[in-house]
Amino acid sequence: MIYENTPIKSSNKTLKRGKTKEKIISKILMVLASISILTTIGIIVILSKETFLFFQEISIKDFLTGTEWTALFANPKFGVLPLVLGTLMIAIYGSIVAIPVGLGSAIYLSEYASDKTRKIVKPLLEILAGIPSIVYGYFALTFITPILKKFFPDINVFNALSASIAVGIMIIPMISSLSEDAMKAVPDEIRQGAYALGATKFEVSTKVVIPAALSSIISSFVLAISRAIGETMIVTLAAGSTPRLTLNPLESVQTMTSFIVQVASGDVTHGGLIYKTIFAVGMLLFLITLLMNIIARMIIKKYREEY
Amino acid sequence: MNNLKKRKIIDRFFHGLVFCTTSFALIVLFILLFDIFKDGTKWLSLDFFTNFTSRFIEKAGIKAAITGSIWVIFVTIIFSFPIGVGTALYLEEYSDDKSLLTRIIKLNISNLAGVPSIVFGILGLGIFVNTLGFGRSILSGGLTLTLLILPIIIVSAQEAIKSVPKELRYGAYALGITKWQVIKGVVLPYSLPGILTGSILAIARALGETAPLIMIGAVTFIAFTPESIFDKFTTLPMQIYNWSTMPQAEFHDLAAGGIIVLLILLLGANAISIILRNKYQSRIKG
Repeated sequence: MIYENTPIKSSNKTLKRGKTKEKIISKILMVLASISILTTIGIIVILSKETFLFFQEISIKDFLTGTEWTALFANPKFGVLPLVLGTLMIAIYGSIVAIPVGLGSAIYLSEYASDKTRKIVKPLLEILAGIPSIVYGYFALTFITPILKKFFPDINVFNALSASIAVGIMIIPMISSLSEDAMKAVPDEIRQGAYALGATKFEVSTKVVIPAALSSIISSFVLAISRAIGETMIVTLAAGSTPRLTLNPLESVQTMTSFIVQVASGDVTHGGLIYKTIFAVGMLLFLITLLMNIIARMIIKKYREEY
Repeated sequence: MNNLKKRKIIDRFFHGLVFCTTSFALIVLFILLFDIFKDGTKWLSLDFFTNFTSRFIEKAGIKAAITGSIWVIFVTIIFSFPIGVGTALYLEEYSDDKSLLTRIIKLNISNLAGVPSIVFGILGLGIFVNTLGFGRSILSGGLTLTLLILPIIIVSAQEAIKSVPKELRYGAYALGITKWQVIKGVVLPYSLPGILTGSILAIARALGETAPLIMIGAVTFIAFTPESIFDKFTTLPMQIYNWSTMPQAEFHDLAAGGIIVLLILLLGANAISIILRNKYQSRIKG
């Protein structure tokens, strides 16, 4: 710190006042910076407290292994598996849409497209990422579902497939943009070396660039799936609210997030069992997405190629 | 030769394939926009902006939703901007990268960025609505969105602050001024366009959020404009959600009308941030 030792004695008083002011400012900024930590602590404390109270009424074993979720019925059962399965189903079918399209676009933008094309296409793809999820929910309900109905006449109005497709479209830009960044970061010398050996663009892309960027590409998949798991408005609008143990995408299902919204949209008395249920399901959702984000970071850290 | 031909065919096929996937994504974008504009434009009249929501489709409008959105975003800006920029300044200018606190804050920010928005809604419900007693108010909604977008603002402000050339700082220090004076006089003015760019995008994100506000309990049938931050409220995305869940198809078109307004606001925010970014970049070159 260069300035701290500056020996200016003539204006001792102003310097002193300046120093106190500096100290106060640095303390204020530190307090502001700690708000992010307080937020995390807040999330954990609030979720844990109500979850703990929830588990005083419902056993953890019944919650985690039960296959029936009828929380809002007169005789409620709290087996969370149908919600978890509904969530996973939408995340998995969504990734089946998003991963090939996202990765394909990343390869195209990074390896095949001209600079001019990339300059136009990339911002357009980013628009897709900036569209609010409520809009995708509307799109799933009013556009995707009617089209699906033509192919599958007995499909439910609220179905997992429609929601999965919309969730998939929503996470395409996340995969394509993160993967493209990773592929762009692969040094050009390696590519040129392969071209010098007579490799085609296909061979360079699949045998040189993708393997070199693989850790970041995979972590982009994990992050996108994590995003799909936490996605709320699309599934609330399009997937329905029927918690059931099924892998049939034509049926109506309920996810963890859409259950939380369903409860919150109704009349919840603060402190009641249903109120606590929101927090227990929210805790599970928080832990699953946190775990996936940690995994994504570990993949990058462990397998990162250094150039 | 035959082998080479085969490899070239595979290459061309692959080129076509990745081109198709990219086009697919773009075509979906255009279909989505087209579908919404087709459904919604017929509702866009002056009445749509000046009417409150109504059970009668012809009389329904977005007055309460627009004013509610403005109020909530206003609260969000007031809290998120100073906290976000302050945190970025602390991390970039004051903290020691090796200190445990700094590392915890940084790790924490990247973790928060991955937390689903509905969890922030649950946090807002638990803390602002029930523990601090702000109720289902604009204040609770704005604070919840503040926590949600803080990680985005912090990270983008950090990038902007990092991009200030060292020479400028040293030059300022050489004149014998204090750290805060350097920040106030050199770092902030220089990085402000970058900070604003990131903040506008983050606030646009907040403008489109629905799930956390449902948790706060924003009520959708509101036929008055809020007068203080302790009032109940609804927002544009909430109103769109409400209309989308109605069984009658006409309400869906009304939702599309709301979506058009929302998308225009978001694209406007994006355009402003792009203009700022371009200005900023040309200044660095100059």
